[in-house]
Amino acid sequence: MSEQLKVPTMAEYMAEGKQPEILFWVGSAGSYDDRAKKITKAFVKILNKANVDFAVLGAEESNTGDVAKRAGNEFLFQMQAMMNIEVLNAYEIKRIVTCDPHSFNCIKNEYPSLGGNYDVVHHTQFIKELISSGRLSLEGETYKGKRITFHDPCYLGRANSEYDAPRDVLKHTNANLVEMKRHKRTALCCGAGGAQMFKEPEKGDMDVNILRTKDALETKPDIIATGCPYCNTMMSDGVKFNEKEDSIKVLDIAELIADS
Amino acid sequence: MDYIPNILFAIVLVLGIGYFTRNVRKLIRNIKLGKEVDASDNKKERWKNMARIALGQSKMVTRPIAGFLHIVVYVGFIIINIEVLEIIIDGLAGTHRIGLKVLPESIYGFLIGSFEILAVLVLVAVVAFWLRRNVIKLKRFLSAEMKGWPKNDGNIILYFEVVLMCLFLVMNATDTPFQEMGHGNIISQFIAPWFEGMSETTLHTIERSAWWLHIVGILVFLNYLYFSKHLHIILAFPNTYYGSVEPKGKFNNLEAVTNEVKLMMDPNADPFAAAPEGAEDEVPEKFGASDVMDLNQIQLLNAYTCTECGRCTSACPANLTGKKLSPRKIMMDTRDRLEEVGKNIDANNGEFKDDGKQLLGDYITNEELWACTTCNACVEECPVSINPLSIILDMRRYLVMEQSAAPMELNNMMTNIENNGAPWPYNQMDRLNWKDE
Repeated sequence: MSEQLKVPTMAEYMAEGKQPEILFWVGSAGSYDDRAKKITKAFVKILNKANVDFAVLGAEESNTGDVAKRAGNEFLFQMQAMMNIEVLNAYEIKRIVTCDPHSFNCIKNEYPSLGGNYDVVHHTQFIKELISSGRLSLEGETYKGKRITFHDPCYLGRANSEYDAPRDVLKHTNANLVEMKRHKRTALCCGAGGAQMFKEPEKGDMDVNILRTKDALETKPDIIATGCPYCNTMMSDGVKFNEKEDSIKVLDIAELIADS
Repeated sequence: MDYIPNILFAIVLVLGIGYFTRNVRKLIRNIKLGKEVDASDNKKERWKNMARIALGQSKMVTRPIAGFLHIVVYVGFIIINIEVLEIIIDGLAGTHRIGLKVLPESIYGFLIGSFEILAVLVLVAVVAFWLRRNVIKLKRFLSAEMKGWPKNDGNIILYFEVVLMCLFLVMNATDTPFQEMGHGNIISQFIAPWFEGMSETTLHTIERSAWWLHIVGILVFLNYLYFSKHLHIILAFPNTYYGSVEPKGKFNNLEAVTNEVKLMMDPNADPFAAAPEGAEDEVPEKFGASDVMDLNQIQLLNAYTCTECGRCTSACPANLTGKKLSPRKIMMDTRDRLEEVGKNIDANNGEFKDDGKQLLGDYITNEELWACTTCNACVEECPVSINPLSIILDMRRYLVMEQSAAPMELNNMMTNIENNGAPWPYNQMDRLNWKDE
C-alpha cells in the first residue's frame, strides 16, 4: 500500500490520556497470516478514510482462545480469555471491531461469563454503520457490474444470525450480487472451522473447500467475497484447485470496500 | 353379561396406558442419569419456541415437500385423536357414538366428516412418505446408520398409520345408523357400497371389530413409541422448550475449568495449600464426556427426541464430503448407549454395573469427532431443536483434557498458543509488524 497507514496502539492512547471510539481486534490470522494481513490493512485503510478514532492492542493482544475451545481445550481457552479480558478491562474497552468472525463470536458470546463485557461488532457491520451514517462514502466504480457471490462465514451467519450486513455493504459497490444455492442459513462451511484449519482432514471423498468452491463457481462469479480470513484461505485454495485463479478473485469485503 | 365388553375395554385401557406410563418413567429416569442443567431462564422465549417450532412446525417447512406432507400427518394425527376421546367414553360407558347425544347432528357430522377427510389426506401423505423411503430412495434415508432396525422402524410406523386410518374409515362405513344419518360420512359413504348385501349382523361384527382394532391399535402404537424413533411426537415439545435460546455460536464455558484457571492466575494463591477439610475424598469433576452420564439432561432428551430424519446429516459438510461423521448417528448412538445403560440398571437392581463399555470408542469414534467443523449446520437444520454439536464438543473436551488425545497438528497449534499467543510459531512481539510491511 502506497499511503502510510495510521495504526495507533492502546498504549499510545493511554499515554495521551485518551480513549478511542473503538478497539480494532486484529486477531492471530490478521496479524501473522500473509493473506489475512492484506485484509487487516484494507480495513485500516477504511478506518483511516472514515476518520475513525480507533486503536489496536498490538503486542498486548493475544489469541482469543477460540480455536483451542473448539478443539476441546477449555483450559487453554479460558487462560487466553482471562488474560485478554484483563488487558481489555484495564484499558476500559467498551466497543470492539474485528475482521474475524471467530474472534467476533468468541469475544461477544463467550467472554461475558468470564468477566469481559463489550459491544462487539464484525467489520462488515461496522462498515455498514460507517456508510449509513455518512462517514464513509464510496464512488462505487471499481466493481460496478461485476458478478460477486458472497460466502457466509458460519460464525457470522448461522452462529450469530448476521446475514444482511455483508450483503448490504456489498450493494454499495454497485456489483451484481449473485447467491449460491446454499446461502445464508443453509450456507456450506468452507471447511476451516472447528480447528480444521490447523489439521489434515479426515478420510473422505473430497475436501470441504472444494465442494464449497463448486457452489461458488456455479454462480459464474468474477469475485468470491468473504468475511473471514480462514474462509478466504479455503476459498482461494479451492479456486486454485480449479485453476481459476486468473479469472476469479477471492476478496474480503474490507478489500472490496477499500477499493470502491 | 352386558358389562363384559366394558370391563374388557377398561382392562385393555389400563394395561395399555399402564405399560406406557411404566416406560415413560424409565425414560425420565434414564434422562436423569445426565447432569443437571439450569434452563429456568427465558421462560417466555422458551414457550414461544415450543409454540413456533413444535406446535407450529415452523422448521419443518424449510423443506417444502417433506414439510407439507408432515403437517398433513401431524394435523391429521392430532385432530383425528379427538375421536379417540369418544371411543374411550363409549368403551367405558357402553354407549355408541356418545358425541351424537351431546352435540347437534350437524356439528357431530361436521367433526366426523373432517376426520374422514383428514384420514384420507393422511393416507396419501403416508404413501408418499413410504415411496420416498422405499422407491425414490432419498439419500438421507440410506446412510450407513439407517440399516436394520432404524429402516424397519420408519416403515413400521407408516404401516401402522395406514392400518389405523383404514380401520377408522371401515368402522364408519359399516356403521349402518351412522350411514343412514347422512351427516359426516363424506368419505365413508363411498366405502359403504363395498359391504352392500351383507347382513346386519355381519356389518355389525365388522363395525365392532374395526372399532376394537382401532382403539387397540392406538394403544399398541402408544406403547410402540418408547421403542421407536417416533417418540418425537411427544418429546418434540419439551425438547423445543429446553432447546438453546442463545446464539448458536455460543459454546458453554466449563465452570470447573474457570475455578482452576482463576486459581492458577491468582498471584496470591498458595501453591502448597492443603485441600480444605473434607475435600480429600471428593472426586475431581471429569472434563468433557466419554459416556452418557457425563452428558447433560438436555443432551439426553435430545437423543430420545431424534426421529432420525437425517436433515442434519444431509447438511453436514463433513458428511457431504465423505467423512464418517454423521450428526444423526451421534444422536442415535447416544440413545442406544443410554438404553443400554438403562437396561443394565434394570438388570442390576437399580444400580449401574460397569460393563466395560462407553459412548466414546464403543459407539462414537475419534475419527467422527475430529471431522466436525463446528459449523452449526446440523443445529440449524434440526426441526426439533436438537444440538448434536454440543455432544461432539463435550467428547472432544474429554479427548483433549482427560486423554491428551488430540491429533498431533492440533497439539502443535495449541502449544503455539500457549507459548506465543498465536496458533503459529511467531513471536508475540511481532504482532503489529503488519503495520509497516
